[in-house]
Amino acid sequence: MGPSRAGHGPARLVALLLALASLAAVVQVHRSGQTLLAVMLLVVTAAAGYTYGSTRTQALRYLFPGVAAALVFVVFPMLTTIGIGFTNASSSNLLDHARARQVLLEESTIRPGSARPFVLHREGGSLRVWLPPTDGRPGLLSEPWQGLPTAPQVLHEVATPAGQPLDLRDTVAQLDALRLLALQAPGGERLALLSLREMAEPQPLFAAGADGGLTHQLSGTTYRRDDAAGFYTSEAGDRLTPGYRVGVGLAHYERLFTDERFREPFLGVFVWTVVFAAASVALAAGLGLVLAVLLNWEPLQGKGAYRLVLFLPYAVPGFISILVFKGLFNQNLGEVNLVLDGLFGIRPAWFSDPTLARAMLLVVNVWLGFPYMMVLCSGLIKSIPADLYEASAVAGAGAWTNFRAITMPLILKPLTPLLISAFAFNFNNFVLVSLLTGGRPDQPDASTPVGTTDILVSYTWRIAFQDSGAQFGLASAISTVIFLLVAAVTLLQMRATRLADEAGPRR
Amino acid sequence: MPLVQPRHQRWRLVLAHAFLLLLCAAVLLPFLVVLSVSLRPGNFAATGSLWPAEISFEHWRYVLGLPVPGPDGTPVMPDLPVLRWLWNSVKVALASALVTLLLSTTAAYALARMRFAGKRQMLTALMLMQMFPAVLALVALYAIFDRLGAAFPAIGLNTHAALVLAYSGGIAAHVWTIKGYYEILPAEIEEAARVDGASGWQAFRLVLLPMAVPILVVVFLLAFIGAVIEYPVASVLLTQQDQLTLAVGSKLFVQEHNFRWGDFAAAALLSGAPITAVFLLAQRWMLSGLAAGGVKG
Repeated sequence: MGPSRAGHGPARLVALLLALASLAAVVQVHRSGQTLLAVMLLVVTAAAGYTYGSTRTQALRYLFPGVAAALVFVVFPMLTTIGIGFTNASSSNLLDHARARQVLLEESTIRPGSARPFVLHREGGSLRVWLPPTDGRPGLLSEPWQGLPTAPQVLHEVATPAGQPLDLRDTVAQLDALRLLALQAPGGERLALLSLREMAEPQPLFAAGADGGLTHQLSGTTYRRDDAAGFYTSEAGDRLTPGYRVGVGLAHYERLFTDERFREPFLGVFVWTVVFAAASVALAAGLGLVLAVLLNWEPLQGKGAYRLVLFLPYAVPGFISILVFKGLFNQNLGEVNLVLDGLFGIRPAWFSDPTLARAMLLVVNVWLGFPYMMVLCSGLIKSIPADLYEASAVAGAGAWTNFRAITMPLILKPLTPLLISAFAFNFNNFVLVSLLTGGRPDQPDASTPVGTTDILVSYTWRIAFQDSGAQFGLASAISTVIFLLVAAVTLLQMRATRLADEAGPRR
Repeated sequence: MPLVQPRHQRWRLVLAHAFLLLLCAAVLLPFLVVLSVSLRPGNFAATGSLWPAEISFEHWRYVLGLPVPGPDGTPVMPDLPVLRWLWNSVKVALASALVTLLLSTTAAYALARMRFAGKRQMLTALMLMQMFPAVLALVALYAIFDRLGAAFPAIGLNTHAALVLAYSGGIAAHVWTIKGYYEILPAEIEEAARVDGASGWQAFRLVLLPMAVPILVVVFLLAFIGAVIEYPVASVLLTQQDQLTLAVGSKLFVQEHNFRWGDFAAAALLSGAPITAVFLLAQRWMLSGLAAGGVKG
């Protein structure tokens, strides 16, 4: 309702309705089993109530919507990430214990020897199920029903069926009704559809014991709750799926830093991430700086046109340029190899040779990144007082001396924080790696699939959303490590910004 | 400028032009190749010449959702809904830009004009939030919207509403931009309005906002483009093919085993050209005095 005073009648009514709707939402979320999320929503609702109810919250009224959005969709996900990093959440351990137990108890099996053939009969507009006599069991005929059966149909002992038997094709047409059908036999047992030709008596696969263990009804094996692993486990060590989420403390971090087989690929990815980010920034900034110097050179003609064209890579959406390069570099069909083949007779395998793939990644990233650096450097060079160059010209200095003695020292300080944030950006440049190489080619001998061009974020994404069983816990632990690294870089950047502000030539 | 000997200078100019032209070629060639590929028949005809020997509009027909000739000559309907994806992108981006604008204009007003405890800390927090990209919290975002969807299917996974909500957290940079602009607008006019009896909300809504329209347009466009080109969050939250945004759907053209260069080229031009134009426009307004001294950080 906006930050007006909640004094008017209609405004008050709207506020009340909003509050009620929020509370209903909180109840709904809580009922679906998401306690943490419900608490979060409740807190936000209460804060909103205070903000727009109290008369002492001037600034907060304007800040609240933005701050709430940032808290719910930026800070809360971050904290959730850190939290998931201490659990075993994965595709096999996705549910909490109560839900996983419920799923296991709902699993059903067929009581051995209960299956018997059936034939669907049509009588007028209604259907009946006929179970012919087998193995000394009498023939059974169900009550007739129409459309979809809603209640269990009672079976009666009869000698001969009524109505016309349906062939298999007509039976298939009634599959929706058959799936819903429950039959009540004279002895009290229930029968349900087993296959297109058979009905059988379902029974729960597991029986809950007094101690909370689950006993398999066919094998008799008992599975006990194992909270260390998050599974119901038998004496022999067999596990039931689905498992459930449990806290695993620092297990993922131990794996990251001490498990030999894991540490090596992880370190490899980390080193490549740093090299990739640093090299990208250095090359793009170098090229951008050269261009900025050139485009600030007075005698040069056509600066405007050059600037426009060279700015293009920054303006074109990244996902399009990256995919264009993916096509251009294609080994057999791409234009890059077409040219190389024509000139030198070679067709490099850009996507399957690790070194070439890394080189390609850098080339594309420099292509994407130099215009931004060019614009930044250009702005900084323009802010250098012209009389410095005039003085140096009087002293007889050349272009190189000017660059080394005046331009470089004066723009380096203000440029440093920008370079650091460019480094942080490329450190997490998921879009480029994901769209261009997807991290491939993969390292041949790693316990978890890991690519030679993977950077930390794309590696994390693969662990969570691709191969290797959606290991959300492990992925979140790695994300947390990246959080810490980025935080360190950010501190560095803020320091550099302060230094630049103290000594910089601007303003 | 220093006095440079003309003889040296001529050579230097030639060298500079050669270098710049080479770079311009490196920038433009990929786009020219794409244009040429989009007009060539077939999806993998690397003919070796930039100029297509034979013009065919099959790829353009494909991306516009018109039937194209199949392998046996009979017309086939396109299997990837490019126009649908474009519409999804536009829809999400419009909603997201509106939400961003609503959330950040008011927040920026408080930060630019009001005095309150914790303002410094809040500004620092905003700056910090920018440093942590959403790509680090993908697992959590997936889990949160999976659970939200259990209670409210309308904002669960595979909905555009979920995407708009997820994007609404990323307002930090926009708050800074708008705040910078408010600060170069004279506060005296609002103060005069307050003296004449306007409430704080009225001074903001009726006096400051009309003056700030240019920056609001720019922020709207930047937020719009930001949402159109966003890939990581959309790729995690959306998986059903007809719900995808363009950024997520486009990669389906250039997969290892399904390389459809021509169709992709047409799709890239169709969607890339307008986005690029909008971006250049926003940049131009941003640079041309609008933000003179206003935008930093």
